[in-house]
Amino acid sequence: MIQVPDQHGRFGPFGGKYVPETLMNALIELEDAYRHYKDDPDFLAEVRYLLKQYSGRPTPLYHAERLSERVGGAKIYLKREDLNHTGAHKINNTIGQAVLAKRMGKKKVIAETGAGQHGVASATVAALMGLECKVFMGEEDTKRQQLNVFRMKLLGAEVIPVLSGTRTLKDACNETLRYWVSHVDDTYYILGSVTGPHPYPMMVRDFQRIIGLETRDQILEAEGRLPDAIIAAVGGGSNAIGIFHPFVGDTNVRLIGVEAAGRGVDTEEHAATMTKGRPGVFQGSMSYVLQDEGGQVLPAHSISAGLDYPGIGPEHAYLKDIKRAEYVPITDAESLEALVLLSRTEGIIPALESAHAIAQALKTAKTMKPDEILIVNLSGRGDKDVDSIMKYEEEGGIQL
Amino acid sequence: MSTVLTPNAIDAVFAELKARGETALIPFLTMGDPDLDTSVALVQAAEAAGAHMIELGVPYSDPLADGPVIQRASERALINRISLTDCIGVASKARSRGVTMPFILFTYYNPALQLGLERFFGMLQEHGFSGVIIPDLPMEEDEEARAMAERARIHLIPLVAPTSEARVERIAARASGFVYCVSSLGVTGVRSSFHEGIDQFLATVRQAAHVPICVGFGISSREQAEQLAGKCDGVIVGSAIVRHVEEVLPQLKSNEESEKARGLRSVQDFIADLKPRRIG
Repeated sequence: MIQVPDQHGRFGPFGGKYVPETLMNALIELEDAYRHYKDDPDFLAEVRYLLKQYSGRPTPLYHAERLSERVGGAKIYLKREDLNHTGAHKINNTIGQAVLAKRMGKKKVIAETGAGQHGVASATVAALMGLECKVFMGEEDTKRQQLNVFRMKLLGAEVIPVLSGTRTLKDACNETLRYWVSHVDDTYYILGSVTGPHPYPMMVRDFQRIIGLETRDQILEAEGRLPDAIIAAVGGGSNAIGIFHPFVGDTNVRLIGVEAAGRGVDTEEHAATMTKGRPGVFQGSMSYVLQDEGGQVLPAHSISAGLDYPGIGPEHAYLKDIKRAEYVPITDAESLEALVLLSRTEGIIPALESAHAIAQALKTAKTMKPDEILIVNLSGRGDKDVDSIMKYEEEGGIQL
Repeated sequence: MSTVLTPNAIDAVFAELKARGETALIPFLTMGDPDLDTSVALVQAAEAAGAHMIELGVPYSDPLADGPVIQRASERALINRISLTDCIGVASKARSRGVTMPFILFTYYNPALQLGLERFFGMLQEHGFSGVIIPDLPMEEDEEARAMAERARIHLIPLVAPTSEARVERIAARASGFVYCVSSLGVTGVRSSFHEGIDQFLATVRQAAHVPICVGFGISSREQAEQLAGKCDGVIVGSAIVRHVEEVLPQLKSNEESEKARGLRSVQDFIADLKPRRIG
């Protein structure tokens, strides 16, 4: 395997740094700082300590026996990222970046958020480290996720509703970058996924790799061998790259990324970037993008605010093009059905994002033999979504 | 490193202004706001107002470097599905109506990339452009575009920011056309003051550059333009003009010719009033 990214932040043809000149030195400074600290024993010890004692890692790798039986086929394991502090994998990254920001001498941090999970994880570490925190969130999303808006406020962060464009995650990212351009001299940007300009896709991946590293040890301990397939949901793609990356060299392990098909990939309301997009430059890097013929970025749709994004991390684009990972779409309806099934067979209410991965696992497991192993990254818990699921039930979207 | 030495209308205008001791006034207009025909008329109005060259802005769904005024103009234009090729077409239409000043296209990278860079630069050449500004294409990523721009004899005009520091020298040294100096940290938009170290910043760029240097981002009045006139070769005014266009939109969109003419005249007067009076 070739080591990616190269020194320009390139994953094959993808990645790079496509940002206004004003930000270039900030990115170079970040790159230098990260290169300096990433092998620094003190830095790593602090990150490891917080992951363990503060967030509760390692998260379990749980054999979902009843789900496996119900589906019939492969033995299904769940990597329980939902058991992290703040309820999702997002904190793996915010801990790493906040420790880095502190070492870089930054006192102020900013973050973008869609569903609010990354915003909450950023507000949490900002509180922990005494950093001033502003979170940019599309106005639409502040309405959809009121509870998370309040959680961030409770944690001492300022939530700034974004009124431009689609008023969702895409425009929250734009607004965070614009704010950063204006305050680049004293502000650290905690980007929440493996997207954006170099070094973010590499750095966020490195902080999320802990998911895959633990999974590898845990499955070897439980089964004495590597899994046959790993499934994870992809919006920007941070939980997926986190669990995939330590297995990329193990070509017998199938890697399956699940993107949101919304109301269907043949409608205009989906977020299936890999299935329906094509390469382009969006928010700082070259990757697959949902766009019209003229290169205008299209609004995405998904029942899950965390997958509702028209771009995807450049390393995923690379893994797709070299055919190391496959990317498949799952609709809103399929994800809701999977959410109910997991809740009722295992007593675990998954986040809507993770429910997409579960839905694909149901399909894939059926095609596998009972002695084969399938691992699903259960990236977050469903508490944040209970409100919207209730609404879908009232509207007849799901039958309970 | 290579330098474009081919004759280009931008170079000719700067040479002429230098001889007269004047500073260039470079307005920016968002194309297709409110429609393409009006854009052509606004370009004519800008020239009548005394503009020396003009930036034609391509509306984009995700304008990272732009503040609220240009974001709103882009959104209005995109409702009419204005495309990159539509914007490029405005130049040749304005030319056929007698506009003589050089045209500079301002576009984010993705629309150009989707058109195909080869075709993009071919079209710029064909429609009479002299320069292009791509705000999200820093020098680390511009190799391909730079080579094609040189072949098409189009200046790929780079931006430098107060935060560029050590990069200023490298950017300025390879600059073509002019160096676009960003006046302050932040996105485009009207502001009352510039970066505090602006004089030092401009002096640094001046020293490193072998082409003219122009200042943009946040210039909204003649006083500001005059304040900068002695320190640079040109001032770029975007948001203030686009905001004025926004204010007279009802007139510009009117079906009555006299109303429309009043709107155009108002924009023309606004641009004329920005022109630095003091000899730089």
